[in-house]
Parts: sequence; C-alpha cells; structure tokens
Amino acid sequence: MNYIDSSLKVVGTRPIRPDGVDKVTGRAVFAADTRASGMLWGKMLRSPHAHARIVSIDTTKAEALKGVFGVVTAADFPDIPSEEAFVGEGPMNFRDLALNCMARTKVLYEGHALAAVAASTQAIADEALALIDVKYEILPHVIDVEAAMAPNAPILHDDMFTSGVDPKPTKPSNIAKVVTFRKGDVEAGFKDADVIVEGTYTTQPVHQAYIEPHACLATYSPDGQVQIHSSSQGHFMVRAYTAKLLGMNMSNIRVNPAEIGGGFGGKTLVYLEPIAVALSKKSGRTVKMQMTREDVFKASGPTSGAWMEVKIGAKKDGTIVAAKQVLKYQAGAFAGSPIGPGCMCGFAMYDLPNVDVVGYDVVSNRPKVAAYRAPGAPITSFAVESLMDELAIKLGIDALTLREKNAAKNGTKTHYGPTHQNIGFTAVLAAVKSHPHWKSPVKPGQGRGLATGFWFNIGGESTAQVHVNEDGSVTAATGSPDIGGSRASIGMMVAEVLGVPATSVRTIVADTASIGFTHVTGGSRVTFATGMAATQAAEKIVEDLKKRAAQTWDIPVEAVEWKDGKAYPAGSNAGAFEPLDLATLALKAARTGGPLIAEVSINAQGAGPGFGAHICDVTVDKETGHVTIERYTAVQDVGKAIHPSYVEGQIQGGAAQGIGWALNEEYIYNAKGQMENAGFLDYRVPVASDVPMIEAVLVEVPNPRHPFGARGVGEVPIVPPMAAIANAIRSATGLRMPDLPMSPPKVRAAFDAQA
Amino acid sequence: MAKSYVSATINGESSEFLCETQQTLLDVLRDVVGLTGSKEGCASGDCGACSVIMDGRLVCSCLVLGVEAEGTSITTIEGIATGEKLHPVQQKFLEHAALQCGFCTPGLIVATKALLDENPNPTETEARYWLAGNLCRCTGYDKVIRAVMDAAAELRGETVG
Repeated sequence: MNYIDSSLKVVGTRPIRPDGVDKVTGRAVFAADTRASGMLWGKMLRSPHAHARIVSIDTTKAEALKGVFGVVTAADFPDIPSEEAFVGEGPMNFRDLALNCMARTKVLYEGHALAAVAASTQAIADEALALIDVKYEILPHVIDVEAAMAPNAPILHDDMFTSGVDPKPTKPSNIAKVVTFRKGDVEAGFKDADVIVEGTYTTQPVHQAYIEPHACLATYSPDGQVQIHSSSQGHFMVRAYTAKLLGMNMSNIRVNPAEIGGGFGGKTLVYLEPIAVALSKKSGRTVKMQMTREDVFKASGPTSGAWMEVKIGAKKDGTIVAAKQVLKYQAGAFAGSPIGPGCMCGFAMYDLPNVDVVGYDVVSNRPKVAAYRAPGAPITSFAVESLMDELAIKLGIDALTLREKNAAKNGTKTHYGPTHQNIGFTAVLAAVKSHPHWKSPVKPGQGRGLATGFWFNIGGESTAQVHVNEDGSVTAATGSPDIGGSRASIGMMVAEVLGVPATSVRTIVADTASIGFTHVTGGSRVTFATGMAATQAAEKIVEDLKKRAAQTWDIPVEAVEWKDGKAYPAGSNAGAFEPLDLATLALKAARTGGPLIAEVSINAQGAGPGFGAHICDVTVDKETGHVTIERYTAVQDVGKAIHPSYVEGQIQGGAAQGIGWALNEEYIYNAKGQMENAGFLDYRVPVASDVPMIEAVLVEVPNPRHPFGARGVGEVPIVPPMAAIANAIRSATGLRMPDLPMSPPKVRAAFDAQA
Repeated sequence: MAKSYVSATINGESSEFLCETQQTLLDVLRDVVGLTGSKEGCASGDCGACSVIMDGRLVCSCLVLGVEAEGTSITTIEGIATGEKLHPVQQKFLEHAALQCGFCTPGLIVATKALLDENPNPTETEARYWLAGNLCRCTGYDKVIRAVMDAAAELRGETVG
C-alpha cells in the first residue's frame, strides 16, 4: 500500500524514542558494558612500523606468563584466498580483510595487528604483549597518494597489478584500479565554452570518530558454537566476516547486537570479532576485546584523503558545456577507496552534456579506509562545488542561479549511466532561494558560501517481524542495528498501519538467530528498506485481523475495514457489529487461528536519491586564521520525515562532521609514517563551542517507491559542508582555500601569501 | 599487587570496594562496582563520556584514580534520576531528541546537571563552553543545547513555550 497522500496520525509526529529512557539513565548496554563469568581480556599487538616484513614472531615468553591463557597470530587463522565480498557497505575482499585483522607476512601501516593475547587482567595482557618478540625487516614506506603513484614508490603488494587499464600492466603498482566515466565529447564541449575554470584540490583522511571504540565479547564452546556480543552496523555482517575468516559455518555463530555508540560507516567491517573468537577457542574462556582511542585512530577507519583536478567550461549565460575531473583517492593499506562513488557523485547534481571523469584507487601505508557517511562524495564535491563557486564569480552570476541553471531534474541522464527520477534537487534550490538566511544581507565582515551535494541512498535486504502480543500491544523486531533512532521510525510506521499510538509499539533489534537476514545499517537504508519490510509486515497483520473479525462476525472479509486500531463492518450492508479492537482480537487469537504474527523479508528497490544544499556564513580572523561559523542552514530533500526530530538530527550531525572535516580534522604523520595525533586532544572534532545552531530545513518530495515516501537522509548532509565553508571563506576574504583542512595555520599562511 | 580498600558514597549510598592502585575511577565504576553507565571514549580526559560529579565538581572519571575516591561523594549517570522519576535534564534530552546513538549521553547529562547546579541560568554560549569537554559526534550539538536551555528554564520554574 501507499500512504503518501493519506492523512497520517503517527508518521510525521515526534514521539519519544522507544530506547530513550535506557539511554538517558545509563542502562543501555553497549558492547563494552557486557561481561561474562570467567572472562578474559583480549589485547592486540600492533606494528610500530609503517611498512615492514615480519621475519619472525616468538610468543613463547608471553604464553608462559602467569595469567595468560592464549596467544594467537596469523598462523591460527586459515590463509584464505582472494574473494570478493559484498557483506558490508561497498565491495570488500575477504583475504584483504583477513590480512587487515591479522598481518601474515608484512605489516602495512602503524597499528596493523599481528598478534593477540588473552589474559585474566588487562595489566597482564599488556605485559604479555611486551613479551612477544617480533623481528621486523623495516621497508621503505609511502604515505601520500601522489607519492604512492610515483614510478619508484615502495610497493605494498607484489601481486597488485592495476586493473582497468589496457594493456594489462606487467609490473605491480600501488594503483589498484583506474575507473573512467564518460558522457558526450568533453573536448568538443570545452571548445564550445566561453569560460573555462580549473582547480586542484586536496583533502585529508578523516576519521568517523564515533565516541564508542570498537568492542566485543566472544565465547567459543567446545561444540563449535560461537556467541558474539558486539557493537556494529550489522550483526549479520559480523557473522559473515567472522565465519569466513575462521572457516566456520554461519549457523554456528550467533551474533547479538549491542547498542552501537556511533559508526557513520566505520562499523561496517570487523577488526576484533574473529580475533576474540580465536582467542576464546584457544583459551576455552569468554574473551572481551575493546580498542583504545589510539587503536581506533591508527587501525580503524578513516575515509580517504585525495588529490583532485577539476575543469569546467560554460557559456556566458552559465550553461555548463563540459566538465572534467581526475580523482586520486587513498585506499589505505588495501584496495577499496570509495573512488567509484567519488567519480559518480561530484557532477551528479547537474545536467551536463559532456563529462569525463577518471579515478584512481591507490594504496599506501595508512590504515585501510572504511566507509564514512556518503563514502567518496564529500571529497569529490569539495572540489566540484569549490570550482562552481569560482565559475559563478568569473561569470558574474549568483551562486544559486548558476546551480539552478544547471540543476539535474527528472529525466536528466547522469554521466555514470542512470537517469534521475523522482528527485527533488530543484525543490531544494527553491527552498534555499526563499529561505530567510539566503535572503538576508551578508553581515559586514562576514562571507557567505553555498554548496550542494548528492547521495544515491540504497535499499537492499531487510527482515521485519510484527507480533501482536496477547494483550494487544505490539512488538516490532528487525535485523537493523539502531544507530540514531530507527527503532522510533520503524515503530511509528508500524503504528500508523495498525492505527495505534506510537507508544503501543515496542521496536527491538533481534539477533542473527532470531530474525531473517538483514543487510548493514548503512547507505541510509534502514528507514527506507527495513521500514518498508516493517510496513508490509504490519499490513499482513491488518489483513489477518480483518480475516479474524470477519470470521467472528461471520461476514466476508471484504466487508471488514480496519480503522484507528479497530475492525469495523464496512458500511451498513455488512451488518451492525460492535468494532473489534486489537486487544479484543488478540485475546481471541487462540480461537481464531493462533498467534498474530507476520514476518516480511524483502530486497528493497527504489531508494530515492537525496540532494542537499547548505548555506554558511563565516568570519575569518586575519591574525590567527581561525574561521568562525556564524550561521548555518542545511536544506535537504528527505522524501518524507517519519520522525522529523531524528531527521533534523541526522542533518545537523552530518553538517557538524563536515565542519570538522573542513576546518580541523586531519591525520598528521611523522617521517617514519607514524600518526602523531591519535587522540581527541590533537585530532580535533568539533565541540559544542565550535558550532552554532544548525538549522535543518526539510524539503519533502515523496519517494514513490516507499510506502510513506521516505528517502535516506543520513549521508547527504556531510556532502556540502566543506565547499560551503570554503566558498564562505572566499566570500569573506577573497582567499580560495583548495586544501583541507582550512585550519588556522593554513588560513593564516594564505593571508600572508595574499599580502 | 595488594589492593587498596576504598570507601566512598556513590549515588547517595555508601559503597566499599577494593581497587588496584593504577585503576582509574572509571575502571572501578565499570568493572568493580558494576556501574557501566559511565563510558570510556578515550581514557585521556578528552571526550567526557565518563563524566561524574565528585564532591560537587565535574570530573572525567578516567582521570581520577580509584583510590582518590576515598571519602568522597560521587554522582554517576545512574544517580541522576530519582527512582522512576527522570531528572528534568534527562526528560528534556528525550523530548528534544538530543541523542542519537546515546553513547555520549550519560556524560552530557552529568555535565549538564553539574552546569545547572552551579549556574541555573546559563547563556547559550556559557552552556556551549561548559559542554565543550563532552564530545558528541552524532547530533551537531543543536538539540543538546536546546535540551540544556529548556531543562535550565524548567528547573528555574519558568514555563517555556
């Protein structure tokens, strides 16, 4: 069914989330809060070197230490072959993931795990790690993307030959692959242009910086059964990776989803779980592992840094006739940067006749990148939207008008293939135009920037169950970890269909053995796909309830209608009966066919893409180079806001992360390839005093493929901020800042160069 | 290594525990006393997820040794509500949707309680600077600050529209 034009009672309201009280009282159980009797502490030995061959690992002294119950190295794991995995967010190779979890012959970055111990206390575990004797042959390392592409660069993988080039290379390279997207004839387009602008841009790797470090608790039983409690963006993902990396059957692994303390894409793969299981197997005890903050920075995440070149050609009236981009994305130690989405997203907001995009996926001696909120898109958009600003200035056209003129609409064929349908970009731009922020004059001494962004959003496999309990209350169970309020949105959709208040529905996240397969919480898919499954399950319940009412009244089921949580005879011809509510029907369930439950598993298609536009006002301190965000407005097409507060929260949070990316966050390496700012003091994420209120403007262009019109909302808001801020700095100072972060030293240096 | 005997008041109840000299108050609360509401986000005093109130002063429990708790009175997130009744700060966090993942929430609520105990009428800027030691990566702080200001108004007895 489709409720897009229906009058809604629950969807669109702002009830208190079902898991709220647990989270404000400290009762919510995150992975590190779990304990078990006889539990051991597992700790990882990590490489101090950026690149080295492992000559030998001697664990005998560590094993002999009193209180140590198990030590594992790569020798304790199957040496699995290369195999593409589609388990998390974006493609992954099982072998790469295995080698990332536990180095076998080489360590490829500082922080790379190469052994682990299980001991009765954390102190003994630390002592044991110090007793492991590793002999390294230190190899030359390479950190930066362009250096890694140089012909004489140290090679990370002897078996990596660049794919996507013809003829096939004969020498190994750090370039894992080259991807190209072409539409029209870009060179002819540039010949036709009245104005051409070009720019080179760089971004730094930034960490997802969820406040909860990775943690898990694992128990291996002698019968081969495994229980895992962990914090992740997908417990089915944890099961799949753990099974593959340990050579086990999935049915022998049960993963219980703990509450997750933030992920933003960074918890769509495993680091600890297979190791904890191996340690549990070796020790015969439950093993708990948790990363330190330093581990999180050095050995998990981040997203790519990049080097980018963009060129845009336009007619005098602002019509873009050609656009070209070269993108070089750092993948970290293993192939798999978000270069594909990077190539697709930069120009996806515009209707362009001629486009040429080339992207490189490049490995270097850094931690393997993980998904981070609209993976790849914020990077490419920083470059494109900065250059769009330059184009507007050069043409003497207002930044919004330039975008309106070239905006993608329904029917616009993208340069990467698909044709945009049911998109709301022009509605977003119209909302910018009419917004008081955009219409207000820029205050003296300030500058204003505008930038836009796009993200695909995804659907995929989800399972949901709806149970009507014996008293008529409702439980909704899904397989989607709740990372920011999805229990609320899913419960609300179920309540809407059943015609009951949101508070009547309790939504839970079920473990891998208790519900059907569900893909990760990622790609902004949960409210869309899992919400769709839950809606359909609730509809099945309504059909069942109608049938039972018909049976009770002895009338045809077509003569029953379901309204406001009750069965009614549909009109006077159906007969005169007192309505039957959920509680009454639930009470009679045993006599009318048994328990009232429904389960729906789907592979949801038709996730509507999302577009956003951010307006930002800044002041720039000439003395210090410090940038202050004075006012920030984020406009986004959200399809339909199921719970508007949490939709706004996604947008505000994404914008704040973008502000950090723009102004402060970066990985700083020393000459040895070691990270020098692996803590929250020196890796500076925005704090409350760094940001103003962030106004989220919800534009609702319904997605016809979702029963309530919802689109994914979580990723789009991190796409525009970097360029919006760069453009605001340009407006305030005349300085174009092409390199992130636009931190005080860089801004100050730019002022000096300007003078 | 010999453990130290420590006697303290935790959330209004007298509490006794044994702890190793190097154990932090956070580790003691979580692993010895069994109060896991205080979270470890960094163990270096930079994120505030482990915030507790110690003798009226807001501290990061990861920067306090367990043995330093001797004779003190400590309020953790578990001691903010009164029985079943949520503290207005907790209630306002719920009403304003001032949490997403909820991991930093205990620390933010404890820090907000400490702020309002000391300054019942903070400006938005004062609230932002007070809470600058509590990292939240999900919300962008907008709804957090609204919840704090609204809770402050309610505690002052003002009706807010």
